[in-house]
Amino acid sequence: MKYFPHTQQDIEQMLSVAGLRSMDDLFAEIPQQLLFNREFDLPEAMSEVEIRKFFDTLGKKNSQLVCFAGAGVEDHYAPSVIAPVISRGEFLTAYTPYQPEISQGTLQYIFEYQSMICELTGMDVTNASMYDGTTATAEAMMMCVSIAKKRRKVLLSETVNPKVRRVVETYARYQGVTVERIAEKEGVTDIADLEAKLAGDDVAGVILAQPNFYGIVEDYSGVADMCHARKALMVMNAKPSALAVLKSPAEWGADIACGDAQSLGIPMCYGGPYVGYLACTNANVRKLPGRIVGATTDVDGKRAFVLTLQAREQHIRREKANSNICSNQSLMALFVTMYMSVMGKKGLEEACSLSYSGAHYLAEQLAATGKCSLAFDKPFFNEFVVRTAVPAEKVLEALRADGILGGVRIADDMLLVCVTEQRTKAEIDRFVEIVRNI
Amino acid sequence: MIRNYDKLIFELSKEGRSGYSLPKNEYAAEHCICGLPAALKRETGPELPEVTEFDVVRHYTNLSNKNFGVDTGFYPLGSCTMKYNPRINEEIAAMPAFAALHPDAPAEAAQGALEVYYNLAASLAEISGLAAFTLNPYAGAHGELTGLMIMRSYHLQRGDAKRTKVIVSDSAHGTNPASAAVCGLEIVEVKSKADGTVDVEDLKPLLDDTVAGIMMTNPNTLGIFETDIPEIARLVHECGGLLYYDGANLNAVLGKCRPGDMGFDIMHINLHKTFSTPHGGGGPGDGPVGVRAGLEALLPNPQVKRDERGMFYIDTDDKSAGYVSGFLGNFAVLLSAYTYILTLGRENVKLVGPLAVLNANYVKESLKDEYYLPIDGVCKHEFVFDGLADKSTGVTTLDIAKRLLDYGYHAPTIYFPQLFHQSIMIEPTETESKETLDEFIKVMKLVAKEAVETPDVVKNAPYNTPVRRLDETTAARFPKTTYRQLRV
Repeated sequence: MKYFPHTQQDIEQMLSVAGLRSMDDLFAEIPQQLLFNREFDLPEAMSEVEIRKFFDTLGKKNSQLVCFAGAGVEDHYAPSVIAPVISRGEFLTAYTPYQPEISQGTLQYIFEYQSMICELTGMDVTNASMYDGTTATAEAMMMCVSIAKKRRKVLLSETVNPKVRRVVETYARYQGVTVERIAEKEGVTDIADLEAKLAGDDVAGVILAQPNFYGIVEDYSGVADMCHARKALMVMNAKPSALAVLKSPAEWGADIACGDAQSLGIPMCYGGPYVGYLACTNANVRKLPGRIVGATTDVDGKRAFVLTLQAREQHIRREKANSNICSNQSLMALFVTMYMSVMGKKGLEEACSLSYSGAHYLAEQLAATGKCSLAFDKPFFNEFVVRTAVPAEKVLEALRADGILGGVRIADDMLLVCVTEQRTKAEIDRFVEIVRNI
Repeated sequence: MIRNYDKLIFELSKEGRSGYSLPKNEYAAEHCICGLPAALKRETGPELPEVTEFDVVRHYTNLSNKNFGVDTGFYPLGSCTMKYNPRINEEIAAMPAFAALHPDAPAEAAQGALEVYYNLAASLAEISGLAAFTLNPYAGAHGELTGLMIMRSYHLQRGDAKRTKVIVSDSAHGTNPASAAVCGLEIVEVKSKADGTVDVEDLKPLLDDTVAGIMMTNPNTLGIFETDIPEIARLVHECGGLLYYDGANLNAVLGKCRPGDMGFDIMHINLHKTFSTPHGGGGPGDGPVGVRAGLEALLPNPQVKRDERGMFYIDTDDKSAGYVSGFLGNFAVLLSAYTYILTLGRENVKLVGPLAVLNANYVKESLKDEYYLPIDGVCKHEFVFDGLADKSTGVTTLDIAKRLLDYGYHAPTIYFPQLFHQSIMIEPTETESKETLDEFIKVMKLVAKEAVETPDVVKNAPYNTPVRRLDETTAARFPKTTYRQLRV
């Protein structure tokens, strides 16, 4: 076996040093009835040649579709330089930077990641990343409850992605936290409903989305003041790629920003790995879960980076920690850091501009077919909902037959459609043509 | 030269430079983003670096040179199972047929991906002796939380709401009690005996009808197999509780005995430890959770199933403990782990544990004259020294760890477990050769000798690293966590 370096001679010498006669002696204390004595019901070892063929066959069982689906995961452009650099063994095969003297690579890119996430969100501080956007939002909910001390209720807008909502609700249920929904009205958060639900002065936090699940850019003017007047924190789940253009969570007055940074070029990979981000104002930094990297100096006065504020974390605080999170999504944080470096402010804006234009062109053209209409009359970014004259499933099937993933069905007659900078005008025109011919 | 590289990416920025290329925007003016209401737009753009593509490549390549990975050298970090990460795993994980797949693609367009999920789950079930697995949790701690949610749901669905306590060993990883707390459970600590194993006599009085279950690692954090496990399982089950297996140390027994056969009901596996997926500087990993027969419905939603025609589909179950992830876990990591299992095959999976244990015992026996071994005897995949055997030198575990960096090694895990004051926890893994271990042993002996002869040399180490010991106190007292704060 190519991964095991042991020769028979090695094994004998090593056993002898350990004062043992056989490999079985290494497990002599284990009660006999616990030992596993049969062959595993697994395939026999495969060579690399066979492995490649095996997965090639499996891969062919997936359909390669031109992607107009979004709903939290989008098909964005990834610059070619990222994959080879993050695959370097020094990054890929390192672990948590427990020994900062030989982990400055990891620590520095996390510092850069934190800096860029704070630039996008406008927040003061962020951690070294979370698993994904759903769990980052659940952690934001936990932060609210922990900061509020006695309040055990959180409000969650129905315009937040349902996949995020159900994770927040799961976490909340086990902690005895009540999650109350803020109604959706014409595609946006019903502010009157929010105000009414804040009136009980028992709300720890309010979770909103930008752009929301329907792709709509919501106008949150006055919402922060409304929350703060009732001593509730405002949490904004925002899409980082859009924040190059959109008003930032900090500008809206949010206390916590969170979400998934998949839109910063990470391949869709059937659901992961992505990277969640969680950022907040300075006032709440002690309640921020997860690792945080800070700048310092070494004994020679050289600038260096190190894990800091660790008194918040599980390995020190055990059950009193802010969260049980132990790791971060480091390599994916490096991915988006490189993405933001390559793209810069202008590249991000240009990608937004292309996606926005493509989406608005597609929406207009689809409406012109007479087969569907825009579901909401609200400003949207690069994603929108159409109401379909025929069942949405039929539309998706027709598109799929022509190699297009036409979006995500969110109701029997509603389709959520997303356009990124990767979609060409020709692809969009083909989409429209197929719908016209249904 | 390269080691002295000390720029931040922001410090390379120069107005007017760029590193990207995008297609031209050929859409009409009415579709322009300028149509978005000004009230919804930000006033000033984010201050991201303006650099060329080449700047980015060179910058991050230089940063990588200040990092140490398994590919760089021996990484005996206890409890982290830093084994070799084969490149074929990553090649498969990056295949466009999977990487370009949207997670909301309909099941018929994702049959290959669902088959990978289904078969990996089945392989893990066979390897661990449990009935079914979810691969949705993103990491070990996330798996623990998921497992505890299953444990709580099991009791609640039986109408037993008073079981809110979970028993955790005082030598357990910090994540165990933290996960229990996030799951809304109360923690009760059971004492460990001198060898770190659970004290059955101390456990007995804790077992009553408020106990949801117990969390254990076997072998435990000292690398000692809990031989009382059949008795513990009997006692916990008799009192109506469930047994949770923290899979952090699964590598020790891989192929030799299975958590399911030991009596455990729920467990998680760290794919990034036992199944060789790269640690990535702290993630992504994946933390599959397995359950014994009868608990399958409680696994988190969504669940992957196969119908009678052999087609795979995504299902939800009303009994499920809930949703813990956006989709089906860190899917690319699943591909990587599945590749590893298929590469090893049935004939080699069973050799992993024995060879890992052989390596650990070889290192332990070779060093126990120089380092104090509080618990003698055959260990499993890892073992713990309590500092130097010679206690007169004033050289601490931290000093030893730092000196090892000078000699080109990653340090072992230090000051954990907290049962000893000067813990040095060493886990070599099965992929290291005798020659590598011999070199390490030589260096460990040399450091022990230095501690006696030139203690100050050890106390001031490291010297040969890109930076030396850091001022962690100032970092925590005056936190500067972004470039913006650094410039103030």
